[in-house]
Amino acid sequence: MLELINVRKTFNPGTVNEKKALQGLDIKLNEGDFVTVIGGNGAGKSTMLNAVAGVWPVDEGRIILDGQDITALPEYKRAALIGRVFQDPMMGTAPNMWMEENLALALRRGSRRGLRWGISKAEREMFVEKLRTLELGLEDRMTAKVGLLSGGQRQALTLLMASLKKPKLLLLDEHTAALDPATAAKVLEISDQIVRENNLTTLMITHNMSDAIKHGNRLIMMNEGRIIFDVSGEEKKNLTKAQLMELFAHHSGTSLESDQVLLSK
Amino acid sequence: MTVTAYLASLNILRLFKNMPGGIAQGIIWGLMALGIYITFRLLDVADLTVDGSFTTGGAVAVMLILAGQNVWVAMLAALLAGILAGLVTGLLHTKLGIPVILAGILTQFSLYSINLRIMGMAANKAVSVDKFNLILSSRHVPSAILKGILIALALISFFYWYFGTEQGCSIRATGSNPNMSRAQGINVDSMKVLGLAISNGIVAFAGGLMAQYQGFADINMGRGAIVIGLAAVIIGEVLGRAILGKKLNFFGTMSFTVLGGAVYYLVVIVVLWLKFNSNDLKLFTALIVALFLAVPYLKEQSRSSFRALKRREDSKNA
Repeated sequence: MLELINVRKTFNPGTVNEKKALQGLDIKLNEGDFVTVIGGNGAGKSTMLNAVAGVWPVDEGRIILDGQDITALPEYKRAALIGRVFQDPMMGTAPNMWMEENLALALRRGSRRGLRWGISKAEREMFVEKLRTLELGLEDRMTAKVGLLSGGQRQALTLLMASLKKPKLLLLDEHTAALDPATAAKVLEISDQIVRENNLTTLMITHNMSDAIKHGNRLIMMNEGRIIFDVSGEEKKNLTKAQLMELFAHHSGTSLESDQVLLSK
Repeated sequence: MTVTAYLASLNILRLFKNMPGGIAQGIIWGLMALGIYITFRLLDVADLTVDGSFTTGGAVAVMLILAGQNVWVAMLAALLAGILAGLVTGLLHTKLGIPVILAGILTQFSLYSINLRIMGMAANKAVSVDKFNLILSSRHVPSAILKGILIALALISFFYWYFGTEQGCSIRATGSNPNMSRAQGINVDSMKVLGLAISNGIVAFAGGLMAQYQGFADINMGRGAIVIGLAAVIIGEVLGRAILGKKLNFFGTMSFTVLGGAVYYLVVIVVLWLKFNSNDLKLFTALIVALFLAVPYLKEQSRSSFRALKRREDSKNA
């Protein structure tokens, strides 16, 4: 479904701030894979997602999604194939626009935007139905400006927006990191629900190792711009945090005292 | 001059006589402010092209009318000229990476030369309502007000429709959150260019109306248009919120923008009637706009600033 072949990206090349963020990244996702991504700070997790989303062009390598080489496609064109939720709840929605307007914009991802009316009655009803399944009471606030919603509500809305027009790939970039634990759990639950219902191929970055083990069918660990570890199926299900840390130490050549080190590295 | 002598010299009848003319001119400025509303409020950019494109609209309209063209054809040409000006600013910004404020200043600056060329190197071109069939004129103020209102209603209805369409929503989304817009497949650069083009088209159209109303196009007629437009937008918002409150929708906001232009110009008329020097008008306008732009910030500051915190603490301890 998604294939990255020898992808490289260096930020600020030739300066003191040079950062080799991706150093020959290779990965292949199968259709329906729900992959959790872990790794220390600066391991290249977000950079990988941004490379796939097309936030900037990569230096080298190829990105193939659904059989199509998207390496040279700008971000807004790739959006037709990709749904995204960001770490910052402010980033995924238009705060000055109504909730139903945000949803209507998302429904048209990948379509030509012409002079037809921006939202139809049937769509409005469909949005209410979909919002009801989130069980956040959002269905009663269709004409509230999204800027008035809480962080958790916005992330839930962004999730719905990312899946409204079924994408080939869903990118979740630490989308619960800015939320309190209870809200984060609820948003993760919604994420699971949406991925399952739509059978979405998904890449989810998380800083929480338990979440990484609990969710998805496959787990990858990144270090210094490469994937150092990739498990799926039964082997992934039976992973423990201790094993993960051991694996990290083994593959990265550093030993770890606790998961705190992994988080802050 | 003593105060009584000054007051005695003020003729209230003259004020009333000048008011209708002020309303008519204010409505035309209000129409221009609709264009500024699109960039300033919907796209979230301050576009300084308008000082030039307003004049361009006036110059193009007057020259074509003088050449014997139908007045509506002339207005259409003014609209297109403005769209072109906005296009230039938009492309300078998106294709060449020039900050939008600077891009606007560059276009506006270059338009001075272009406007002079349009007017055949004259700084001023008169168009007489006696010789030509103009849309409106200061010679027939009541009809000018009526036509101004009709044009305003037509424009507002058009925008109400347009910004509700898929394309219009994309422009609004771009102004609200460009990141989200890109992630939803919107070509943010194209939407900025489109918004700037539409905005300047409307501004130039208003310039064409103003030139007809005052009976001439002048190379300096657009000077300060951005400030007057902002004044109209802000006055309109304050009035709209005060009168309609939460019921203020997009249609209402735009209507109040035009009304804001009229109110602004009525204030000008009153200030002039009070015998202030007309050369000081720009200073007054700038002060008023600065004040209104500052109000939301100052309100927020008075609620949550370190100084306010200290004041609260001090009064608690006192």
